[in-house]
Parts: sequence; structure tokens; C-alpha cells
Amino acid sequence: MSSKEQILAAVKKNKPDATGLPEHLSYPKEEINQLIEHFQQASLLNGGKTIVIKRLEEISSYLQVHFDKKLQIVSLIPELKGSLDITTILDPHDLEAVELAVLKGTWAVAENAAIWMPEENLAHRALPFIAQHLAVVIESRHLVRDMHAVYEKIKVDDPGYGVFIAGPSKTADIEQSLVIGAHGPRSMTVFLLSE
Amino acid sequence: MAVYKTHAAAADEFLKDEERTHWHDDTLWHVRTKRDTAAQKLPEWEVLRENASQIKEYVLSHLDELLVQFEKNATANGIEVLWAKNAQEHNEHVYRIFQENKVKNLVKSKSILTEECGLNHFLEEKGYDVVDTDLGERIIQFNDQVPSHIVMPAIHLKKKEIGDIFHKHLGTDAGADDPQYLTEAARIHLREKFIQANAAITGVNFGIAETGGFVVCTNEGNADMGTHLADVHIACMGIEKLIPRAADLGVYLRLLARSATGQSITNYTSHFHRPSAGKKMYLILVDNGRTEQLGREDFRNSLKCIRCGACMNTCPIYRRSSGFSYGSTVPGPIGSILSPGIDLKKHSTLPFASTLCGSCSDVCPVKINIHEQLYKWRQVITKEGDAQPAKKWSMKLAGKVLGSPAWYNFMGKSARTALKITPASLIYTKLNAWGKKRDLPEVPKESFKEWYKKNRK
Repeated sequence: MSSKEQILAAVKKNKPDATGLPEHLSYPKEEINQLIEHFQQASLLNGGKTIVIKRLEEISSYLQVHFDKKLQIVSLIPELKGSLDITTILDPHDLEAVELAVLKGTWAVAENAAIWMPEENLAHRALPFIAQHLAVVIESRHLVRDMHAVYEKIKVDDPGYGVFIAGPSKTADIEQSLVIGAHGPRSMTVFLLSE
Repeated sequence: MAVYKTHAAAADEFLKDEERTHWHDDTLWHVRTKRDTAAQKLPEWEVLRENASQIKEYVLSHLDELLVQFEKNATANGIEVLWAKNAQEHNEHVYRIFQENKVKNLVKSKSILTEECGLNHFLEEKGYDVVDTDLGERIIQFNDQVPSHIVMPAIHLKKKEIGDIFHKHLGTDAGADDPQYLTEAARIHLREKFIQANAAITGVNFGIAETGGFVVCTNEGNADMGTHLADVHIACMGIEKLIPRAADLGVYLRLLARSATGQSITNYTSHFHRPSAGKKMYLILVDNGRTEQLGREDFRNSLKCIRCGACMNTCPIYRRSSGFSYGSTVPGPIGSILSPGIDLKKHSTLPFASTLCGSCSDVCPVKINIHEQLYKWRQVITKEGDAQPAKKWSMKLAGKVLGSPAWYNFMGKSARTALKITPASLIYTKLNAWGKKRDLPEVPKESFKEWYKKNRK
């Protein structure tokens, strides 16, 4: 008998009597202002920063102040020009010097500031991790209350890879002291586009 | 016959440094309070726990069907699924994959399962340099230790000690112990390793039967840094980590990080379904005693565990004895009900390393009745004759005394007299573990019963 057959036979023999699955949980929607407020609070706790904007142009002026244009900036937002053309990069190892990646998020969760990023939004799976800094643009109409609601919106296996990103790379492994910038982004800025 | 160190004996070593014991206790209690704050923010917390427990109940009772469904869907997604009966088979799968893909450099993110299987040791013997990339795991790897906590592997070390370790291994300034500075040094060191790696090993937090994919949670982003740069990704998963539906993730992700550290979610929650073009993804399904535990009616619920570590942070024994005193891969209360199932003789003192206060069960996000299982293991162990002799005889005596009012009255009276006239050196002996680090209360002149008789008029 193969290991698979042995394991399955042992499970079959030892498993308890069948029980049923509970219904999926869902909770009432919240007002948009409340969603935005909760998102901002959660993002801050995760070590990130949220900037509410009315127009996409506000992003470029913000980035101009906060980032050195001479460094590699990748933007996957059509309205926003970066300094490195991502289509020239074929091997993700060549992303090592990227200073800032500006990406689009699909859905955002107010309770924990997690933003769903399917791989079509990333160009390379490694990009949001290897970049020194990360910025994500999300529209406020794509904000939902909680994780139950977001899993109703997305289909997890549509992309070969998808990730909820809720803040910058962080660790507290040295005496529980929070340090931002473990291996990946040293900051995460969320631009929340609100009508 | 092998002689195993008891939990109490192992804890003794940790307790020698009283200041460290208090620091450890306070640090973990702080994490516990953060968990409370996070849980109390959600009015639906108890509903979530109940739901999570029911889903896992379903998983355990349909595990064979779900495993088959998971394998079918994962295979269709282009993931190569392998099965391992035990640790040895798991390790050999990894080694074979390495050989087939000519892997030279590997990075590994946190996986308690690979600790359980002794993978690092196995690969090192084959000549590989295993690079653990979770900061806490890298620290203890440098220090030649195993994790003392499943979520915070280096929680037993102080920053001064970590500074010394980094000075030795990474060339940081002697005496430097600033966490920011040390983390930066590790960042530079590990980013180089990520760039060089051709294989990445990760654990699995959740396998989704319905879609044939899996989820990995980290705060550092180290699992993703590794897997997206390397050509080969090997994910190691215990068979009990399955969930039936993608939407069930909503429940578990709301509970996991809040229970673990009081965060609302880990900063990265990665969903893997298909390898990138030209790359390979493997998933190893490991039994290693899990199907046996499934057959133990009283203990099978321990397989619901999602490895948040909340039961460790809250446990008065764990906090004051540290993870190493348990001598098992998973320490603390949950480890004390899982480990006897793997090796009853080796872990026979663990179920006794508890006050049975029940706090572990109260904080468990999937409602495992941990303290009841600890109590049940005690009965099994005593029946099998593996209890410590002093404990066994004192329990037998206590049973006799507590079972008879005449004996109880007589013994109470004798004890009050005896304790008064017995020299302290006789009370605080090796036979009386409770005498260590504790003073007995002053002996009252009379029992409550005697006092009541006199005063009831």
C-alpha cells in the first residue's frame, strides 16, 4: 500500500462520526465613513499609513516630496509615471534595487486594513516584497467591513497567487520590540481614493 | 530504557535565574493582554470561535474525503502533491526534490512541522546549509537552539544576548543591542540569502480543499521573499491543516493573529494556487502520528489546533518555565496534549505540568478542551504506570484519605501537629515538589470543622 493509501485508510478507520458544516458568517454593512475610519485605524496599528485622496494626481505630488525620483520607482498605475519600466524586467532578481512600487489593490478590508492583491496587479509576485517601500491605491467603494465580506467578493483561485497585504514588513522577534522593515518594505502607504 | 528528563527537572534550569523568569512571565502576559484587547473589540468573537470549532469538527470527520479533494484540485492547479506517513518519509521527499532540481541554496520560512520532522538536522547531514529566514528562527539557529515558542521562537532571549549572537555571526558591533540596528543587520544578511536561493521551503497555515491551494501567513514577508525568487517551492503541511471552503478562511484569519499577538491580521496572508511559469511547486502532506491521534476519542480535538500559541501565553506554568522545559516541538498546554500521543514515555510528565486552571481552553480560538484533555492524559499515564513514583504514591494515599471521613479527620489533625514539629529541612525535600520556591502557609491550631463546632452556638 502506498503512503497515500495507508494514510487515507487510517483516517477512514479513525475519524469521528460525520458532523455538518456551519453556515458562512456575514455581518451588516457599515457606512462608508465608518469603513474609512476603521481602515485608517487598523492600517496605523499594522505600521502603515493611509492618505485619503480625491484625485489620483495627488499621489504624484506626495511621492515627489517623499521619494527620490533618481531612484527606481515602479508604477503599475497608468496615470502615474515611474522611473523604471517594469516590462523591461524579466527576472524578479533584477527588482532588488527597486525603491518604491506603486500598485493597485482590488478590495480592502476595514477591520484589519488588508488589501487583496491578485498577481495580475503585481507584474512579478516578488515586487511588493522586494521593494524598499510600497504604496497601494485603493478606491473607497472597494472597502468592505470584514474578512467574511471580502471572501464573498474575491475568488481566491482566480489568480495563481494572491495576497492580502495589511502593512509593511515587520517583526517583534527581538524582545517584542516592534521594528518596521524586516526583509521587505520599510513602509506602506495606502492612497484611499474617495469620491 | 531511555531516561527522560521530567518537566519539573527541566524547568529547574530556567528557574535558576529568577530575574529572567519574571521577565519571561511578564513578557508573555503582555502578549496575552494584547490578545484580550483584540478579542474584546469584536462582539462576534464567541460566534467566531464556535464556528471555527465546528468547521474543524467537520474537517476531522471528513478528513479522508477532503484530502482526496484537495489533492485532485491541487494537482489540477499544477502543484505536485506528495504524501508522507512519517517524518523520515517527509524529509526524504524534500531531499529527492532537491536532487531532482539540483538545489544548492535554500531558504526556509517558519514551519513547526519541519521542526517536528527534524528537517534541518536531516538536510545538514546531507551537506545543505539550511537558512531559516524568520528573524526569531534565524536567531535561535545561530544560537544552536530550537524554538521555545511556536509564534515567537526567540522569546526566551534578551536583546543583549541577541546582540552577542549577531556580533559573532553577522559582525555587528560588540555590545550593540538596539532591536532596530540588529534587525537591519539581519535584513542585509537575509536579503542576500533570498537572492541566492534556488529553493524555498514554507509551512502551511491552511490548505483549501475546494480550490486546491494553500495559505501562508507572515509579518516579515519572508515566506514570499523566498518563494517568489526561488525556482522551487516546497510547502510542508500536516494533514489536519485542511479547511473545506475558501470562505472559511474569513473565520480563521479573523481569529489567528488576534489570538496569537493581538494583531487584527498578519501583514502578509499569501494564497498559493499555481506556480509561476517555469517554476515548480510541491506540497507534502504529512501524517506523522496525526491519524493515530484522530482515533483517540478523548484527544482527537487537539488536531483542531491552528498554532496561534495563545494557550502558551496565558499558561501560568509555561510563562514561568519557558518552552524548553517541555522537551517537545510544540510546548505549552497544546503541546502537552499533542506530544504524549507521539511518545507517551518521553512526554509522560507534560500533562502534569499544568494547574488545570482552564485558561488555555478559554483563550483557544478553536475551542479545544485543552485542560480536560490534560486531565485525561494524567489518567492514561497513571494507568500505564508511567507517573512519577512520588506522585503516584501520594495520589494513592490522598485517594484513601479523601475517600474516608475518619481518615481525613485523623490525618488533618496529625498533619497540623506534625508540620509544627517537623524541621523545615524535612518538609522542603526532593519528594515534595510543592515545597520548592514556596513557603507553606502557617499551620492553624484547629481545623475549620473544629472551629465551627465550637462557634456555631
